[in-house]
Amino acid sequence: MRQYLEGSHAVAEIVRLCKAQVISAYPITPQTHIVESLAQMVADGELNAEFINVESEHSAASVVQGASATGVRTYTATTSQGLLYMIEVLYSIAGLRLPVVLTCANRAVSSPINIWNDHQDSVTVRDAGWLQFYAENNQEACDLHLMAYRLAEDHNIMLPVMVCMDGYILTHAYEAVDLPEQSQVDKFLPEFNPIHCLNPDDPISMGVLMGPESYTETRYAIHQTMMDALNVIPGISDEFERVFGRKVNCLIEKYRLEDATQVFVAMGSMVGTIKEMVDGLREDGQKVGLLKVIAHRPFPKKIVYEALKNAREIAVLEKAISLGEEGPLLSDVKSAFCGYGNQPKISGFVLGLGGRDITKKSIFEVYCALAGSQIDVKFIDLKI
Amino acid sequence: MATELFSSGHTACAGCGQALGARLVLEATGPNVVIANATGCLEVFTSRYPESAWGVPWIHSLFQNAAAVASGVEAALRIKGKLDQVRVISQGGDGATADIGMASLSGMFDRGHDILYVCYDNEAYMNTGVQRSGLTPFDSRTTTSPAGKKSFGNPRPKKNIPEIANAHNVLYVATASVAFPKDLQKKVKKALSIRGPKYIQIFVPCPLGWRHDPALTYDIAKLVVETGLYPILEYQDGKLISVKTIEAPKPVDEYLKLQGRYAHLFTERGKDEIAKIQAIADGNIKKYGLLKEGKEVQKKMAAEKPAEEKIFTTAELSKCDGKDGQPAYFAYNGKVYDISGSDLWADGAHYKMHFAGMDLTDALSEAPHGDEVFERFKAVGVLKA
Amino acid sequence: MIIPVTSKPRTSKANKTGTWRSGKKPHFIQKECIACRLCVMVCPEGCISGDKRCTYIADFKYCKGCGNCAAVCPVADIEMVKEEWWRETIS
Ligand code: HEM
Ligand code: HEM
Ligand SMILES: Cc1ncc(C[n+]2csc(CCOP(=O)(O)OP(=O)(O)O)c2C)c(N)n1
Ligand code: SF4
Ligand code: SF4
Ligand code: SF4
Ligand SMILES: [Mg+2]
Repeated sequence: MRQYLEGSHAVAEIVRLCKAQVISAYPITPQTHIVESLAQMVADGELNAEFINVESEHSAASVVQGASATGVRTYTATTSQGLLYMIEVLYSIAGLRLPVVLTCANRAVSSPINIWNDHQDSVTVRDAGWLQFYAENNQEACDLHLMAYRLAEDHNIMLPVMVCMDGYILTHAYEAVDLPEQSQVDKFLPEFNPIHCLNPDDPISMGVLMGPESYTETRYAIHQTMMDALNVIPGISDEFERVFGRKVNCLIEKYRLEDATQVFVAMGSMVGTIKEMVDGLREDGQKVGLLKVIAHRPFPKKIVYEALKNAREIAVLEKAISLGEEGPLLSDVKSAFCGYGNQPKISGFVLGLGGRDITKKSIFEVYCALAGSQIDVKFIDLKI
Repeated sequence: MATELFSSGHTACAGCGQALGARLVLEATGPNVVIANATGCLEVFTSRYPESAWGVPWIHSLFQNAAAVASGVEAALRIKGKLDQVRVISQGGDGATADIGMASLSGMFDRGHDILYVCYDNEAYMNTGVQRSGLTPFDSRTTTSPAGKKSFGNPRPKKNIPEIANAHNVLYVATASVAFPKDLQKKVKKALSIRGPKYIQIFVPCPLGWRHDPALTYDIAKLVVETGLYPILEYQDGKLISVKTIEAPKPVDEYLKLQGRYAHLFTERGKDEIAKIQAIADGNIKKYGLLKEGKEVQKKMAAEKPAEEKIFTTAELSKCDGKDGQPAYFAYNGKVYDISGSDLWADGAHYKMHFAGMDLTDALSEAPHGDEVFERFKAVGVLKA
Repeated sequence: MIIPVTSKPRTSKANKTGTWRSGKKPHFIQKECIACRLCVMVCPEGCISGDKRCTYIADFKYCKGCGNCAAVCPVADIEMVKEEWWRETIS
C-alpha cells in the first residue's frame, strides 16, 4: 500500500511488519523518530515486543545482543557518537554470529559536534563484521530492512546487518513509500530459527576465550561468509521481487553506464542528485554514467570492476574520509582494478560533510575536475 | 557429580576465592538459569575454548555490559513466555560492577529487570594484573595504587555498592563471604525467589593479587567478617533485615598481616594507618550493629511473645539432657526445643560438641547453619530469664 | 560459513589441572572424619567427594593443592603432605 510517510516512520513500520521481538535504543538525533514510533506501536499493542529503554548505546547494543543470543528477533537504531560508543559491542555481536539488524541514521562525528549528515560514522565501523547497506531513498531504506532481516537470519550468513540511511535527508523526509502487506512479509521472512541459543535444555557457553590456536578461524569464517553473501544476495533479491513485485538491489545499481566513459561512484542519498546531473550531461551528449554502491560490506569488488571497466575517468564521491589517506570508498574502488591492465583514471572527491548541501553545482565541480590529472582527495565546495 | 554446574578443570589460581564463590552460587541456583558474565578472571578461567566450566547456558560479551546483556536475555525470555521457568543472573568482578559497568548496572536496576546481579569482590582488577578498582580497600597496595615514600597505597575507602543498589530501590541486596557458604547460598536462593532486580556482593579472596598463602583463602574470608571490615548484611526493600553478628571482634591486624597487599603497614610508620583501618572496622560494627546488641534485640523479641506456656528453669532444662531415657531439650533465644527425635542428637550429643540440657543461643552462631534447622522441631516451652 | 564459537557444557573436565600442584597435596587420613562436608564446601576446584564418615577424598586429576581443605577440617583429618609419587595418580 502506498503511503506518504516520514522516512523514520516508514522504517519503523517495516520493523513492525518484521515482528522484531526485543527493541532497544538510546536517544540520538536524527535516529530518534524511528524508535519513538516503535515505542508507540508497542504501547498501542500494535507490536508485540519488549521495548527496553537503556542508559546508553553501549547497553542498547548489549541488550539486543543478549536477546538475539536468547533466540529472538531484535532491532536497534543509532547514529554518530552512539554508533561509535557501540563499537565494541558491534564487533562482539558479529563475532557471536548474531543476526541483529541496526539502522544507522548517518550523521557526522564530533568534534566539533555536528548533528547533520555524512557517512563518517558507519564507514568508521565497516570492519566490524556487519553487512552494510546504504539507501538512496526511503523506499530503498524500507526494502533494505526487509532484506536485512532475511539475510541476517539466513543460516548461510548469520551475521548482523546495518542499514545506513542519511540523517534528516532521508530519516526526516516525507516520501511516498510502498509498504508491503503482513502476509507478504511473513512469506518472505520466516520466523527466526536460531542455530543455537541460551537455553537450559542445551547449556552452551557463548563468547568464550579463544587463543591463537582458534581465533583466526573465527575471523576467516566471518570473512568467508561475507564473500558467500555476495552470491546469496542476488537469489534472495529475486525472491524479494517475486513476493513484493518490486526489484531490490542490494549490491550495486548501474545508472546509464552502458557506453559511459566518465562515471560517478557514490553511496546514499547524494545518488539522487548525481542522477539528475547525469541526465543533464547526457542531454548535452556527454557519455557519463553512475554506479551506485549499496553494499559497502561485503564490497562487491568483481561486480564493481565489471561495471566500471570500460570507463576512462572515474569520480568517487564520498561523505567520509580516512584522514591522512583518502576516501575509504575510493580505496575500495581502486583496489577493484588492481591486477588488471586497463587502469582508468580514478579520482576521489570528499563532499557533503557535516550536512553541507550537495547541489548539482557540487557535482558539476567534480565533473569538471575529472578532465585534469588523477586526484587522490579533492574537497568540493571548500571555503578555504 | 552429575548435577555439577560449575566444573573442575577451570584455570583459576590454586585457592581462588572467586572460583569457590562461583561454584557455591551455581549450587544454589540449580540448572534453570542463564548467566551473562562480564570480562574478568571468572570469565577467563572458565571459558578457554573449546572448553567451558559452565553447566548452565552462559554468555560473555564485554567488560562493562553484563547487566545489559542480561537485560536482553531477560527481555527475550519474557517475550518467549519462559521467564517463569528460567532465572537470569548477571555477574562480574568488582571492577566490572563498581567501575566500568556501573552505568549498565544502574540501568538494569532502574528498569526493574528480573535479574540477580552477583558481584565477585576480590577488591581489584585481577585479570589485568592487580590494579586498583573502586572496591579496593583503604591502604591496600595494588600496581596502580602502590605504596611508596609518600603513599600507603589506595587512599580511598570502598564504594558502598549495596547502598547504591538500595538507592535504586533494588528489592533484595545482600553481602556474603565464601567463608560462610550456607549463608551465601541461602541468600542466592532467597534472591532468586524474588521477582525483580537483586544484588549480592560476595567477598572472594585472591591469593595472587592479595599475596597470601592459597591455603588461607577460607580463613581470610572469615577474618574479614570477624573484624568488622566486611559486614555481612541483608536488605529487603531497602531495609536492613539481618546482619551477621560478631561475638568478639578480632583486631584488624590479625586479618591484615596475612596478606602481602598490607605488608607495608607493618612498619613503625604504618601504625597509624592500621589504626585508621581499625576505625573503619569499628565504624562498620557501630553503623550496622554487628555486635551483641543485634542479638539482644533478637532475644528480647523472642522473649516478648512466649509461644508455649511451660517455663523451664535452667536446672529443669539441664535434666533434659537426652541421657538415660530423658528427653533431649535445648534452649535457644529464650525458647526450649525438643530435639529427642533427631539422630544427629542421639543421647543428647550433637557432633561431640554440643549437648542437650543447655542454653545454646550463643553456640548457634558457631554452627554451619542458622535456626532454620529447628523448623521441624517443636518448641515445648520458654526458658526462665 | 559458520564454525562453532561456542563451547559445550562442563568440557573443562578435559583440562587436568592436577598437574599444577607443586609439591603438596592433601592426604585424607580418614580416621577422625565426622562427615561435616566443610572440605567439600571450600574446595575451589569442586574436586572433593564423599558421603559417610571417613570416605572423603580429592580427585587428584583436578586438585591444585591449595590446602584449604586441610585448613578447614575441624578435626584435622586432612593433612598436606609432600608429594613425590603423586604424578602417577593423575590418569
Ligand atoms: C570441633 C568441633 C567444631 C568446631 C570448634 C567448629 C567450629 C566452627 C566454627 C567456629 C565455624 C564458623 C562458624 C561461624 O563463625 O559462623 C564453623 C563453620 C562450619 N562448621 Fe564447624 N566446628 C566444629 C565441628 C563441625 C562439625 C561437626 C561439622 C559438621 C558435621 C561442622 C561443619 C561446619 C560447616 C559446614 C561450617 C560452615 C559454616 C557456614 O556454612 O557458614 N563443624 N565451625
Ligand atoms: C559448631 C557447632 C555446630 C555444628 C558444627 C553443627 C553441625 C550440624 C550439622 C552438620 C547438621 C546437619 C545439618 C543439615 O542437615 O543441613 C546439624 C543439624 C542440626 N543442628 Fe547443629 N551444629 C552446631 C551447633 C548447633 C547448635 C548450637 C544447635 C542448637 C542451638 C544446633 C541444632 C541443630 C539442629 C536442631 C539440627 C537438625 C537436626 C536434624 O535435622 O535431625 N546445632 N548441625
Ligand atoms: C573496555 C575495557 N577496558 C579494559 C578492559 C581490560 N580488562 C579486562 S578484565 C579487567 C579487570 C577485571 O577486574 P574485575 O572486574 O574486578 O574482575 P577480576 O578479574 O578482578 O575478577 C580489565 C581492566 C576490557 N576488557 N575492556
Ligand atoms: S588472579 Fe585471583 S581472582 Fe584471578 S584466578 Fe587467580 S586467584 Fe582467582
Ligand atoms: S588442596 Fe585445594 S584443590 Fe586440593 S582438594 Fe584441597 S581444597 Fe581442593
Ligand atoms: S572437613 Fe574433615 S571432617 Fe569434614 S568431611 Fe572433610 S575430612 Fe571429614
Ligand atoms: Mg576484581
